Parts: sequence; structure tokens; C-alpha cells
Amino acid sequence: MSIMADTATREISFAQAVNEALAEEMRRDERVFVIGEDVAEAGTPFKVLAGLVDEFGKTRVIDSPISEAGITGICVGAAMTGMRPVVDIMFGDFLTLTMDQMVNQAAKIHYMSGGKLHVPMVLRTTLGATRRSAAQHSQSLHAWVSHVPGLKVVLPSTPYDTKGLLKTAIRDNNPVVFFEDKLSFQLKGPVPSEEYTIPFGVADIKRTGSDITLVATSSMVAVALEAANQLAEIDISAEVVDPRTTTPLDRETLIQSAKKTSRAIVIDEGYEQYGATAEIASVISDGAFYYLDAPVKRMGAMNVPIPFSPPLEDLTVPDAAGVVELAKVLCGRN
Amino acid sequence: MSSFAPASTSDVDREQWVHMYQQMFRIRTFEENANELYLSAKMPGLTHMYSGQEAVAVGVCEALRRDDYITSTHRGHGHCLAKGAEYKPMFAELLGKEAGYCRGKGGSMHIADQAMGNLGANAIVGGSAGIATGAAMSAKMRGTDQVAVCFFGEGALGQGLIYEVMNMAQLWQLPVIYVCENNLYNEYTHYSETTAGELLDRAKVFGIHTTEVDGQNVQSVYKAACALVERARQGGGPAFLLCHTYRFNGHHVGDINRTYYRSKEEEESWKSERDPIQNFGQWMIDEGIADQNLLDGIQTEVLTEAAAAVRFALDAPYPAAEEVTQHVYYG
Repeated sequence: MSIMADTATREISFAQAVNEALAEEMRRDERVFVIGEDVAEAGTPFKVLAGLVDEFGKTRVIDSPISEAGITGICVGAAMTGMRPVVDIMFGDFLTLTMDQMVNQAAKIHYMSGGKLHVPMVLRTTLGATRRSAAQHSQSLHAWVSHVPGLKVVLPSTPYDTKGLLKTAIRDNNPVVFFEDKLSFQLKGPVPSEEYTIPFGVADIKRTGSDITLVATSSMVAVALEAANQLAEIDISAEVVDPRTTTPLDRETLIQSAKKTSRAIVIDEGYEQYGATAEIASVISDGAFYYLDAPVKRMGAMNVPIPFSPPLEDLTVPDAAGVVELAKVLCGRN
Repeated sequence: MSSFAPASTSDVDREQWVHMYQQMFRIRTFEENANELYLSAKMPGLTHMYSGQEAVAVGVCEALRRDDYITSTHRGHGHCLAKGAEYKPMFAELLGKEAGYCRGKGGSMHIADQAMGNLGANAIVGGSAGIATGAAMSAKMRGTDQVAVCFFGEGALGQGLIYEVMNMAQLWQLPVIYVCENNLYNEYTHYSETTAGELLDRAKVFGIHTTEVDGQNVQSVYKAACALVERARQGGGPAFLLCHTYRFNGHHVGDINRTYYRSKEEEESWKSERDPIQNFGQWMIDEGIADQNLLDGIQTEVLTEAAAAVRFALDAPYPAAEEVTQHVYYG
């Protein structure tokens, strides 16, 4: 972790980190505005945006109709003409409703116009299961947008990363999709009082180790860290690497870690089939092939619509026990 | 384009009528050259001709300032030219050349020209409704008096996006004008087979101000557009302008045998009786605004310019291979 020791550091939640990043960027740049369903007085159902409307008013914190495609399209047009919109899509599952505007419009406009137009916008949304929200409010669909050239995709795993990466997203001149783990909103972590940003495409080593690399994203970073703790008890030293952005992807850090440890598991809450884990595992397999002592393994969400019933839902998401078991196998310790 | 917005056609000076004639003829000539490039296998892909609908693009864009915005469609050449695009980079773009408006990377269906306020043609039917509405919202937020025009065909009324953004445009009184060009056919299907109810009701239900004009008559389109643009510029909110028109050619240049969806007689009657350029030229002569010599001179000038621009585009180089990875991301 790169928090400097000489800055005043507080404990704030993921939600506060989002809120602070937006407030700071809205103070810094009057072109930044927020639009979405129930973002103003309600501050979103997750209360992440609470208080922003008091400072910035309803012309910059705009309650919209329930029209995900429409508000996303409006943000594309506003971004092309001098504004820097941040659109709030309450659940990542609703990305489906924005897809033409994100994939065919926002992602391609800079390229199709030969570089004349650009789309500096951020789409904030959520991911993560086990909130007992069933199949249409629980998915982690970041692989879909990671697949599309022209979009950048951010997956913060701590309040510190959330704040620094969201500020970078708002200042970026491209369409950025920013995923927040909705189960983590109230969890706290250290965040400096002073201003900072975090560049895209720079992975963060959340824990160093020498026997196995656990590449984990977003909600799965906490799972990987818990697994690393348990593995330490049996003398397996796990390194936890968080790419933080899937596009751009810090290939070099992933490959170097795998070369060092000779083993890797990629853990991500998106569906395992054709998921982010597949791309990352491929990068490691190619880049560290001659250094590997075991095949690169993947752990994603089960390839099923997410069930409502709690015992079933819990089965669908990778957990620390599963990571420990797989790591032991790869390390020849089963 | 006009720098003023007259209240009625009688306020329009001669030069501007002549300019409108020239613009309409430029569009027709561009399309005929594009078709020729396709038929002679010099143009990659397909293109959708705007011939027959020229009065809509010209009548509307003449009512706009240079810094006003438009969004366009797959049938977009007319809108681009009417908003001020030049022949050479237009033809070069159609041929995928580096000298094109989009360095050859957009092609016929994605021509954009930020300098002229053209936010781009769009190959998703109805796909630009959000962009135009967002540009209008941006203009309002930035405190300018710019107006945005969203051109689309009647086929786009089958898409949901347009209803989402019309709702917000009316709620927030955004300076956007939705220009629906009803050329009767959603590709190869008559709109009566796809569209329930009345077209104007699609906007009226939101309380949006609506106007309906003969889209073959540039004077009518221009007069209606001036009123709606001025209204939007002064904070009067969005409007929906329905223009009744007809495309003289097929859905695209390859749609040649089309009697299964519309008769030759129908096409002939529109071409002979309702050609917007022919009829406007005659009106100018009847009104003493122009004589045949003047119109002939304009035609010769445009045809010569087009021939030179086509030659320029054919001779122009393709983008270098390294361009393929440029402009994926900005900065």
C-alpha cells in the first residue's frame, strides 16, 4: 500500500471515498455533474451520494427518470460538447440497458471521428452477489465492458483505491466504467486527508509472498487476503496482486509476480466462463510460461443465474476456503 | 449557413435562397457521384443516398448557426453537407482515405465534423437521440444559446431511446429539435406496417411542441425550422418537426430491385412531381429570384467541384498502417 506515512490518514468507508472523490472533483471542475436515479436528496439507495446535492444543488446532482439508456446517451452527448458527466447506474445488472450507448456510441466516437471528438464521462455502477438480491441485482458484469476497445474499466478494492481511482476516472478524457462492490460500501479503510490520485494501469501488490500469486479484483481482494492469512498458517506464502483496472491492464506486474512465485490463481466475481479471469490467466500463462510450476487456475462466479436462496447463492461466489484448497493443491500440499 | 433567423420567408434575401438551391444541388450531386463510385466498384462497402430528401437537411441547417449542433443518421451525407461540410474530405472519407473527415476510419455512416457542430452520423437507428439531447443539455448547463438538432427517420420511432430522451428534454426544457424525416420506408417495409397511431402523437404525449411540414418544400421546412430554432434558443424548450419526404433511391446503393416493396409508378410520381430541387428552382424563377442561367451556372460549378473532389479522393492515400491503433483512446 502506498499511503505515505507523513500524511494525516483517517478511516473512511468505501461510500465516503466515492462521495469525497466526487465532491472534490466537482469543486475543482464546474463541468463535472452527477446524474442518475435517486441521486439527489436520496443520495442513491446505497446513500453513497448523500449530501452532494446540498453543496452542489440540483443542477449538478440531477435526479433522472428510470431511463438508463437515455441518461447514458445524454451523458455521451454532454461529454462530447464540453461537460464531464458522471452517470450513476444503480446496479451493474442494468448495464445491459446502457449497452448501445456505451459500446456503440461512447467507446467508438473518438476512433470513428478520426480523433476529432472525445467522450470524457464516467459510468459508476456496482457489482457483487450475496446481498440476497437474486439474479437481476447481483451480477458482476465488468468483463462485458472490459471486452470493448475504447472503454476503460476500474475495479477498486479499498476505500483508498476507490477515492484515488475515481478522481482519475473523472479527469480521464475517455469513457470510464467504474465498478463499486455494493457489499463493501460501509467497510472502512485508511485514506489520507490530503488530495491524491491513482493512475490507471498500475496494479497494487496488497500483500507480498513467495509461493503463489493470488490475482484478485474488487470484492475478491478481501477473499484473497483472508486466504493468504490462512495459507500463512501452513507456511504457504501468498502474494496478493490487485490489477485495479482491467483496461488498461498492468500485464507486467502480473507476469513478474507469477515469475517470482511460479504459481497463480486468478479470482474474480464475474462469471467464470469467458470472464476477466480468462484474460488475466492468459496474460500470465503467456508471459510467465517458463517460470510456472503449475497451470494458472481461475476462480469466478459459478456459471449460473445468481439464485435467491441464501445457501445456494453463497455457493456461487469464490470464498477463502476454496482459494486455500486450490492453493494447497497447486503448492503440492494437499 | 445563416447568421440570422428570419421570422418568415418574405424576410429571406435572394442570396440565401440561391444558397439553399446550391446546397440542395450539392447534396444531389454528391449522392450521384457516390452511387457512381459504388457502381464502378471504386468505393468500399455500401452507402445510403439522401437524394429526394434534400429540402429537409437544407431547410433545417439554414436555420442553424455554425456553433449549433446536429446529429445525423446512416443516411447522413445531406445533413453533413447542409451543415457546412466540404466535398473533398467527404468523398475522401467515403473512400476510406486519410484526407477524409475522420481519417477514413469512420466512413459513410460516421462522418463527423466538430468544427461545423456535426456530432456525427450514426449507424444505429435512433442511436444519436441521446447524443443530441445531451448536447442540448450541455448547451443549457454551459449557459450558451446553442441549439441541437437530432435528424432521424421514421424508422427510429421504433426505438425506445428516443422516448426516454424526449421525456427528459421536455422535463428539463432542453434546446433540442427532433427532426423526423418520414420517407415512408423503414428500410424495405412501409412505415404503416411498423408504426401504430399517429407519428406526431409520439412527441405530443410528452407535451413537446410539434410541427408538420411538406419536406419536399425547402421554403416550408426553413420557415418551420427558423421558428423552432428561435423558440429553443430563447428557452422555449424542445420541439418535434415532422417532415414528409421520400427517398428517390433504394435503402442503400445496392437496393436496386425494389418493386416488391414500392412500385416504380410511386417512385416516378415523386421524382417527376415532387422533386424538391426542381420545384424550388421553378419557384425561384417564378418569383423572379433567379433565372435559368443562374441555376445552370450553379449546377455547372457544383458538378465541376464534385468531379475535382472525386479525383482528389481517388488519388488520395489510405491511412498508414500505424493508424489502426491510433485514436482508440484520447490522450
